[in-house]
Amino acid sequence: MATTSPASDATRDVRPTGRLSAWEGMARQYDYWLTVLKRTWRGGVVGSFLTPLLYVVAMGVLLGGFIEGDPDKLEGATSYLAFVVPGLVASHAMTIAVSESTYPVMGAIKWHKTFYAQLATPLAVRDLVNAFIGFVMFRVASACAVFMLVLAPFGVFTTWWGPILAWLSQVLVGFAFATLVFAYSARLKSEEGFGVLFRLGVIPLTLFSGAFFPIGNLGPVLEWIARLTPLWHGVSLSRMFCVGQVDWSLVLLHVVVLVTLTVVGWFLAVRNLDRRLEV
Amino acid sequence: MISARGLRKSFGDFEAVKGIDVEVRRGEAFGFLGPNGAGKSSTMRMIASVSPVTSGELRILGMDPATDGPAIRGRLGVCPQEDTLDNELNVFDNLYIYGRYFGIDRATCRERARELLEFAQITEKARSKVEDLSGGMKRRLTIARSLINNPDLLLLDEPTTGLDPQARHVLWDQLFRLKQAGVTLVITTHYMDEAEQLCDRLVVMDKGRIAAEGSPRELIDAHSTREVAELRFGVGEHEALAGKVEDLGERVEVLPDRLLVYSDHGEDVVTAVLDRGLHPLATLVRRSTLEDVFLRLTGRSLAD
Repeated sequence: MATTSPASDATRDVRPTGRLSAWEGMARQYDYWLTVLKRTWRGGVVGSFLTPLLYVVAMGVLLGGFIEGDPDKLEGATSYLAFVVPGLVASHAMTIAVSESTYPVMGAIKWHKTFYAQLATPLAVRDLVNAFIGFVMFRVASACAVFMLVLAPFGVFTTWWGPILAWLSQVLVGFAFATLVFAYSARLKSEEGFGVLFRLGVIPLTLFSGAFFPIGNLGPVLEWIARLTPLWHGVSLSRMFCVGQVDWSLVLLHVVVLVTLTVVGWFLAVRNLDRRLEV
Repeated sequence: MISARGLRKSFGDFEAVKGIDVEVRRGEAFGFLGPNGAGKSSTMRMIASVSPVTSGELRILGMDPATDGPAIRGRLGVCPQEDTLDNELNVFDNLYIYGRYFGIDRATCRERARELLEFAQITEKARSKVEDLSGGMKRRLTIARSLINNPDLLLLDEPTTGLDPQARHVLWDQLFRLKQAGVTLVITTHYMDEAEQLCDRLVVMDKGRIAAEGSPRELIDAHSTREVAELRFGVGEHEALAGKVEDLGERVEVLPDRLLVYSDHGEDVVTAVLDRGLHPLATLVRRSTLEDVFLRLTGRSLAD
């Protein structure tokens, strides 16, 4: 290939391939997301790891010191610290998933137009969603893993396998929120909608989904409302595994709910982004 | 390379493209000329296989965009009207990352990115941020990026809009080299000089339809005279004076700021005007351009 005629060589790297496989579609974006990671990981470390640690010390250790650890009232946990930790990590998974699927999605549509550039290549909308969610989930999974490791010395885990299953539960929480919020963000014309999402979605969910106190304290009506929220399913899963008192039928329900939300969220995300980018 | 029959594109009630027939052959530079809103960009997005066809038939490289979108896009280069460069990546990475989307292996991507930086004359900016580039450099980088997959067909939507004259000439030179290298070019523009410079064949679009088709020379020969005499009179006098000169040429156009008299012998027209005791503030004799063709076909100037 001569420098003055870039198209002169006869060999073509890209032959008609029809639709890319889901794996191929994501693999081709690996280098892109790696550069995003290299650019943003420092900020991520502070946000993902330090902030929750402060929460655990403040809420779990210092505030929790005033709360009597009655296992009957704390869903089987022997201390408030052991009670609050699994819920905190689960809601942390939600927070990361939401924040990574809001402004970054709008940016890729409106500000940087990354999606438009990517769509001019063999990649399809489905591939863009997969890689984006894949990156968000890397963030969620790594942050929750480190969080759980940091918590180990506090003596809140009762088995070795519990924390691993709890971590998977937190990942599931991340998936459900990442796909649903991606679908929401893909429709949004202005970023004001994110304020609504955080104020009316994330904050109430964090406070009232059983992360800080048993939802039985809410009274019968509000308790049932809390059971309908996606975060409660994740908090409950995460706590059962950490505390070591597992009701497997309840586990099944939680997993079915979270997986269903993820699948629905994914379809909506692909559909909404497709409609948004069609011009 | 491209074949369209009765191609239409609607957005709700608004019909942007109202049934056009287009045939683009391998190795030629083909233009869509028309004012803003003529339907050029909508047509380009359908050809780029990112915007579904509303009705009619469209074949790109022998394939149907509705079913073979990824395969078609793999062989196209697209230089959009609005820069979609990634401001958060440096210049080199904009090329490298883009190449990866086409499934080109890493070593080839790096090598080709270096060659294209050379081609676009921005090698020394390889590690700069995109934000630090001038408008002309950004455009050249966008074109370089669109060449990363060695496309068979390069789509350029308003490639020089917003560039200064010098940057435009650099870009034209590069597009001309690509054409020489055998790349089929499809260009939209509302600059008639650009269309005359670059296009072997073009269609003039207006309000979603094709008003005329041919080479720039053919269009001028068919729809205009060899020369044009431009007469500038005082403000508001043009309409009234048109009647006094209309027999001097084949046709007279009244513009807000001047009269255009179409004739094969422009200098004779000017002489005759002066002989009649009329005193234009300024006169100019020039060759007919595509602007005149457009004016003739639509009654409006391209800048509208």
